[in-house]
Amino acid sequence: MTEKEATAQGEAPEPTQPPPSGRKNAYNTTVDGGGGLVRVGAPPSPLTVLGRAAGTIWSVPKARVGLILLAVFVLAAVFAPLLAPYAPTDNSFARAEGGSPAHPLGTTTAGEDVLSQLIYGSRVSVLVGMVAGFGATLIAVLLGMSWGYTRGFAADVINFFVNLFLVIPGLPLMIVLAAYLQGGGLAMIIFVVVITGWAWGARVLRSQTQSLRSRDFITAAQFSGESSFRIVFREILPNMTSLITGSFFGAATAAILAESGLSFLGLGDTAMVSWGSMLFWAQNSNAILTGQWVLLFAPGLCIALLATSLTLINFGVDGLSNPRLREGKGR
Amino acid sequence: MRYVLRKIGLLLLTLWAAVTLNFFLPRMMPGSPTDAAIAKLAQNGPVSPATRAAIEAQLGVPTGNIWDQYVTYLGNVLTLDFGVSYTFFPQSVSDLVLTALPWTLVMVGVVTIVAFVLGTLLGVLAAWKRGTFLDSLPTLTGTFTSAFPYFWTALLLLFFLGYVLQWFPTSGAYSARATPNLSAAFIADAAYHAVLPAVTILITSLGGWILGMRNTMINTLGDDYVTFAEANGLKPRAVALKYAARNAILPNLTGFGLALGGVVGGSLLVERVFNYPGVGYLLYNAVTNQDFPLMQALFLMITVSVLVANFIVDVLYGYLDPRTRR
Repeated sequence: MTEKEATAQGEAPEPTQPPPSGRKNAYNTTVDGGGGLVRVGAPPSPLTVLGRAAGTIWSVPKARVGLILLAVFVLAAVFAPLLAPYAPTDNSFARAEGGSPAHPLGTTTAGEDVLSQLIYGSRVSVLVGMVAGFGATLIAVLLGMSWGYTRGFAADVINFFVNLFLVIPGLPLMIVLAAYLQGGGLAMIIFVVVITGWAWGARVLRSQTQSLRSRDFITAAQFSGESSFRIVFREILPNMTSLITGSFFGAATAAILAESGLSFLGLGDTAMVSWGSMLFWAQNSNAILTGQWVLLFAPGLCIALLATSLTLINFGVDGLSNPRLREGKGR
Repeated sequence: MRYVLRKIGLLLLTLWAAVTLNFFLPRMMPGSPTDAAIAKLAQNGPVSPATRAAIEAQLGVPTGNIWDQYVTYLGNVLTLDFGVSYTFFPQSVSDLVLTALPWTLVMVGVVTIVAFVLGTLLGVLAAWKRGTFLDSLPTLTGTFTSAFPYFWTALLLLFFLGYVLQWFPTSGAYSARATPNLSAAFIADAAYHAVLPAVTILITSLGGWILGMRNTMINTLGDDYVTFAEANGLKPRAVALKYAARNAILPNLTGFGLALGGVVGGSLLVERVFNYPGVGYLLYNAVTNQDFPLMQALFLMITVSVLVANFIVDVLYGYLDPRTRR
């Protein structure tokens, strides 16, 4: 991670004065020392910033592929009841069949339609990815940024805890937690994934906060009497949007993989149709021996594609903060 | 030396924290092992308080206040006394763990080193040949394969190479007829059985190293001293390897310690698929049988192994990068 400024590209140059606290009143003009009116560039509205950021991400070919892939999965999850030919738990079909016009991907050993299960399975993964990704990022932002801004003993204590969570292997901890909380279903999985998934983001955000802390505009904000809370979340936070977005996608990827792993071990709710539990049942019903490779192949491919799509989007997000990583510019 | 001493202090502190976490975790959780055992018994009829007391005594449920329990627990950990396994009664938990540990340590250790070296080299190459085929192929493949769930790669390899082509054994760490010893024949047999699990871990973890190295290398390539070396007319290969890669490898090495946790976690899933008798498979058995003493000891053992590996990397890092020794 470079220590370079994380200003999103193409934005208004850093104001020489601290941004006035009543931002809306000083929208287009600001009063200079002599009392005359000096025009400064209008701060771009959040929508414009968002649009520009999306444009930058979209301009990276890898990220474009990722966005399209992600859209496919999200749409599949939202419109699952319309897309899926059957209910995912309808086990009234012939068992362990190969592909046929009625069941393009065949049926499971319990007689369920594989394609329908696959489409419904996207719901769990997308949901866990979003919710757990959001939860982990929220903790990372709150803890990482206040940690980066404070100095002294408190920072050392947080440092120790974050490092502890970073080195403790995540999956074993998840497995142990899930074993104690058995029967908790999806909420339990999300909880476990969040608990084990926030530390990396916190560390990344902390180092960026530390480097921004000593900038002039922060010193200016301190002298103008802004509270620490306001400085951290109103002055520093907007400069870290791309890092936060990045850690969200990173956390979501990890969450999706973690959920599938726990479900595959049968630690989630095995009755719930998810890609991980499809593989759990495939292994437990010896799909390997019956030669039903589609049953093994398809759910894992979906997990891999969904996780890849988020990683690909992150290539674009990386480019937001670090122009060196942008594509097609040479080194 | 001061650097190493400080790292040792930090290691001890972290170990203590991990042990303490392991102590409080089950105590914060709803339910108890006794309840779980009684729930199983209750399916066959009502359970008397006497039975309950008997089960508690058998399971070695701790008594006394929490502080006494904690002190006893610390003593037990130091003497590797984790009690008796519920599932593999009357074997002690320590024996089970110590039998399983070498399998995982050797396999994961070897694969991780291979993956790190190979991935770093590919990452250097990708960054140096930026924008060419040598960049896009490893980068895109790496992005995709590192998103593979470990158990999925394992299942596919097991199916195609194990069952369809029958090139490799499908289960276990050595042939059923062999007994573990240190003869060349047995080691060859064990290595043959380790191929599929090892390749699984290699495929899934390689991408991370490639991408990490590529990114830091690209940053390093933009630094002034690299431009200066190029302007001096040094051979491109010398600039890439002796100037840029040497410095770019440092951040990647820090990642090594952190990624290790992920690889160990992945190996748990892989062992489950291949019935490989390492700590992962044992942990899986412990969890499905609600064998809490075994589960906790395994978690502690895995955590301690990762912490120690991290410590070694940290100390090594101090020698490679004098700036961190301050």
